[in-house]
Amino acid sequence: MRKRHVRLTVLLLSLLLLALLYPSPASCQSTPAEGAVFPDISLPLPQRVEERNYLAVEEGPFKLSRIKSEIIILEIFSMYCPHCQKEAPVVNTLFKAISVKPELKSRIKLLGIGAGNTAFEVNAFRNLYNIEFPLLPDGNLAIHKLVGGVGTPYFFVLRNKGSRKLEVIYSKVGSFGEPDEFLNTILAKAGGKAKK
Amino acid sequence: MKKANTVFMVFVAALVFAGPAFSASEAFRGKIYQPGPLKPIDSHSQLKVGDKAPDFTLPSVAGAPVSLSAMAGKKNVVISFVPAAWTPVCSDQWPGYNILKGMFDENETVLLGITVDNIPTLFAWTGEMGKLWFPVLSDFWPHGETARKYGILRSDGVAERALFLIDKQGTIRYIDIHDINERPDLEALVTEMKKLK
Repeated sequence: MRKRHVRLTVLLLSLLLLALLYPSPASCQSTPAEGAVFPDISLPLPQRVEERNYLAVEEGPFKLSRIKSEIIILEIFSMYCPHCQKEAPVVNTLFKAISVKPELKSRIKLLGIGAGNTAFEVNAFRNLYNIEFPLLPDGNLAIHKLVGGVGTPYFFVLRNKGSRKLEVIYSKVGSFGEPDEFLNTILAKAGGKAKK
Repeated sequence: MKKANTVFMVFVAALVFAGPAFSASEAFRGKIYQPGPLKPIDSHSQLKVGDKAPDFTLPSVAGAPVSLSAMAGKKNVVISFVPAAWTPVCSDQWPGYNILKGMFDENETVLLGITVDNIPTLFAWTGEMGKLWFPVLSDFWPHGETARKYGILRSDGVAERALFLIDKQGTIRYIDIHDINERPDLEALVTEMKKLK
């Protein structure tokens, strides 16, 4: 009888541990919707100098709000996700559209988080699609869970309000559509228009 | 009683250590069956590095049957066994390999994907992944015969999530019989492929 109690206790503790270690999608942090505060997540320092320079960070891990730009476009992707693969050239077009406009280049920064991807996998994705904006690995899905365990690709656009405050101004799963239209949409939401 | 205790502890360990290690692609939203955490490994392969790889001939989604022996002397081979169509992790794993053709080509290696599903199921499932560059083979009938030859047929009739790297002489050079709940380490596989160049 005593053995049965011990077994039952071990089983219950195991289930509790399981729930803590592997929260179900429902028990992940909820996905921040438009208007919500976005968690000021910690990010690993990019390995490539160009990426560190782009984000103006020198030490890691660093907080998302440390990125010195008013608007941050955050893509949650995976190398293994067919829709992310299909979307990669479209996101590159968006990045170029931002980069060629000096007034947008410093105002908007683009960043990708490889959900469940190691640094090796993120590099493979970067090299294949010639991605110039920073991509960071999230091998253990820690960041992915903090943003609601979203499907991929997922796009958050955040207004960096300073003092470690980030406000969601766009939150959507799947393709954002035409890069120029998307850019106009987020600038309108942020208060401003893209100059032709 | 001792056996019952062992079974109980294995069950508890499976509960504790199995968990999601993937994100859900929008490509499969609503179409993936969620089996929950599974026993990480449920077979005992006798194969080891240095053994001759068991030959097989299996029907492919593309139509023509594919034999391992046909690659001998020409290409190294990676066999990617995945447990089942329309399940998590499996539905992620091959789309990742699908963008890495260059990496396989560089290392004179071909990839063969195998499951125990039948051809119509594999046709529908892999169609969701886009056009795959590598052959997808059905080990449906005799059910799981090739998985059994490799010692990786689980007690519920599906294959383990396993990778075998076979050199041009037909010798096994790398084995990763992986926790079924997780995606295998891509870097480790590529490192081993490079060693065969």
